Amino acid sequence: MQTKVENNKAWFLVMPVFLIVAFSAIIPLMTVVNYSVQDIFDPYTRYFVGTEWFKQVMLDSRLHEALLRQFIYSFTILAIEVPLGICVALMMPTKGRGASLALILVAIPLLIPWNVVGTIWQIFGRADIGLFGAFMAEIGVDYNYASNTTDAWLTVILMDVWHWTPLVALLCYSGLRAIPEVYYQAARIDQASRWAVFRHIQLPKLTNVLIIGVLLRFMDSFMIYTEPFVLTGGGPGSSTTFLSQSLVQQAIGQFDIGPAAAFSLVYFLIILLVCWVFYTTIMNMQKDK
Amino acid sequence: MEWMSWTLPTALFFSGIAIILIGMTAWQIVSPSIERRGFIPLETTRGDRLFIGLLSSAFIHLAFVALTNADLAVATALCVIWMVILMRWG
Amino acid sequence: MTQATTTQHNRSKSILTEQAPVVSIADRKAKNATLRGRIGLIVYVVLLLLPIYWLVNMSFKTNTEILSGLSFFPQDFTFANYAKIFGDPTWYMGYVNSIFYVSMNMVISLVVALPAAYAFSRYKFVGDKHMFFWLLSNRMAPPAVFLLPFFQLYSSVGLFDTHIAVALAHCLFNVPLAVWILEGFMSGVPREIDETAYIDGYTFPRFFVKIFIPLIRSGIGVTAFFCFMFSWVELLLARTLTSVEAKPIAAIMTRTVSASGMDWGLLAAAGVLTILPGMLVIYFVRNHVAKGFALGRV
Repeated sequence: MQTKVENNKAWFLVMPVFLIVAFSAIIPLMTVVNYSVQDIFDPYTRYFVGTEWFKQVMLDSRLHEALLRQFIYSFTILAIEVPLGICVALMMPTKGRGASLALILVAIPLLIPWNVVGTIWQIFGRADIGLFGAFMAEIGVDYNYASNTTDAWLTVILMDVWHWTPLVALLCYSGLRAIPEVYYQAARIDQASRWAVFRHIQLPKLTNVLIIGVLLRFMDSFMIYTEPFVLTGGGPGSSTTFLSQSLVQQAIGQFDIGPAAAFSLVYFLIILLVCWVFYTTIMNMQKDK
Repeated sequence: MEWMSWTLPTALFFSGIAIILIGMTAWQIVSPSIERRGFIPLETTRGDRLFIGLLSSAFIHLAFVALTNADLAVATALCVIWMVILMRWG
Repeated sequence: MTQATTTQHNRSKSILTEQAPVVSIADRKAKNATLRGRIGLIVYVVLLLLPIYWLVNMSFKTNTEILSGLSFFPQDFTFANYAKIFGDPTWYMGYVNSIFYVSMNMVISLVVALPAAYAFSRYKFVGDKHMFFWLLSNRMAPPAVFLLPFFQLYSSVGLFDTHIAVALAHCLFNVPLAVWILEGFMSGVPREIDETAYIDGYTFPRFFVKIFIPLIRSGIGVTAFFCFMFSWVELLLARTLTSVEAKPIAAIMTRTVSASGMDWGLLAAAGVLTILPGMLVIYFVRNHVAKGFALGRV
């Protein structure tokens, strides 16, 4: 690690970034705070209500359910995507044409607009026109993601695994490529088993990328909106309504600006806390090296 | 600016935050903070402790609003004491 | 510790004495493992491509065929769905709009992020770490939180329903991302290069453009790729900030739902066309992407 030069003029270089991000981040955040303490009918008819919305939101059972659902969802997809991603990364060829081809093919789902991902699975899972739905019907499973809660969950999770495992896989793949060939030769001489090679050579090298992978997957799944919205619309009932969707419903659908703003702030604070914990962990790990 | 729906309390709140940030910057320039370890199991600078303090204060307030009917001023007073402890010994 | 060393020593000795057969067994094992890996990978990729194949398959069918039963290849092959998209300005302008604001966002993100990333990688300044964290926290913040004020902010400055509005809004998560990726690449360039250039009399802007930027070319390529990707796939903000003039293709796709039911073939064709630009872009940066991921900064 090189030592950095102390120079406060560097702020001039950061200024454009600060201004452009502040425009889209700080002004809206301030507005959300303003909304959250008022009952708003229109810009000229509004009343200060103090912390009433916060109390309402914190005690709102719909929010609690959405939050619980969100955590179950985020941990489920992490539990599937991380091991699966590592396996895929281990199987990918490291050299030659095959490596490029595998990289492109595996990366495809990442480049599909999120609503199209929803559409793909919406079609794929239908029993009348979709391959997956038809397959399930063929093997005698009564599967319908639009009316059955379990099936809806299964489809939403399957969709996320399909969509985002490539990200974990590509992160791990590049982590694996950073391991010098000498390590493997040493392991071969020691007759190390496949498992030992993974446990003592590959996994330690992967820790860093994995933490970042987990951070990204956790955060992104925590704000998931478009894919389940297109696929199930949050249903059946509200069984697949996650935090973002419940928020958008409240803000745009019912136009409850005040409570929606209070909801946003609670949501934002949770995100900020998780983000800080991960960031501190990553930075401390880099410092230790 | 009308669409931002400003109110006096929120305006005061953001001015307060802005003043704290400017003050902390000035303090940092006058006497640079050195990372140290207090009762938080991390090496922190003044700015880090301020951030931890503000974030935890926000959560304290939320918990207070959700769980009690008492005046919010009590929570604010608690948070000020907590901030002082954190900045001094954290 | 000593015991471990002795066992290891013994083991390597035993290998030395009977090296040939051991290595060949190990080789065969390794070959089997590779073969199993290849098969596993092929199975995974096939499963991965199956939903996409189904979409492509459907986009070449007529609606009657889609609804009449399953078939792995279009029996009544038709380009009608694509023809409809390319023949109707309200459809194809959606792609033009999307590509337009995505490119604008890419350019803005890179232009502001380059100097900032340089500052973060080379200098210490008051509040640098907090600034960096603040930027990243914006990458993580859910757009849904800002939805309503965003609409009003951009309406109040008269940018609602313009491409620049979406491009600026996407900067919220793309600029922090760009700074993060570029900082990683720049930290890999030795500082001596900067110092030598300054001694040679280069001013900062000249050094930055003439020497530094060519050095991190692949980093810029990778950053542009990720900016493209995240702006291209986002819908919530793009939809909220536009109504007619700058409406993205993703929002136009909802038109396939009508009173007479879904136009599945058209929907599938529109979906296929949204996948193509991404594939084109990843093809161009395929050799650098792994490096971008290696920094773990997506």
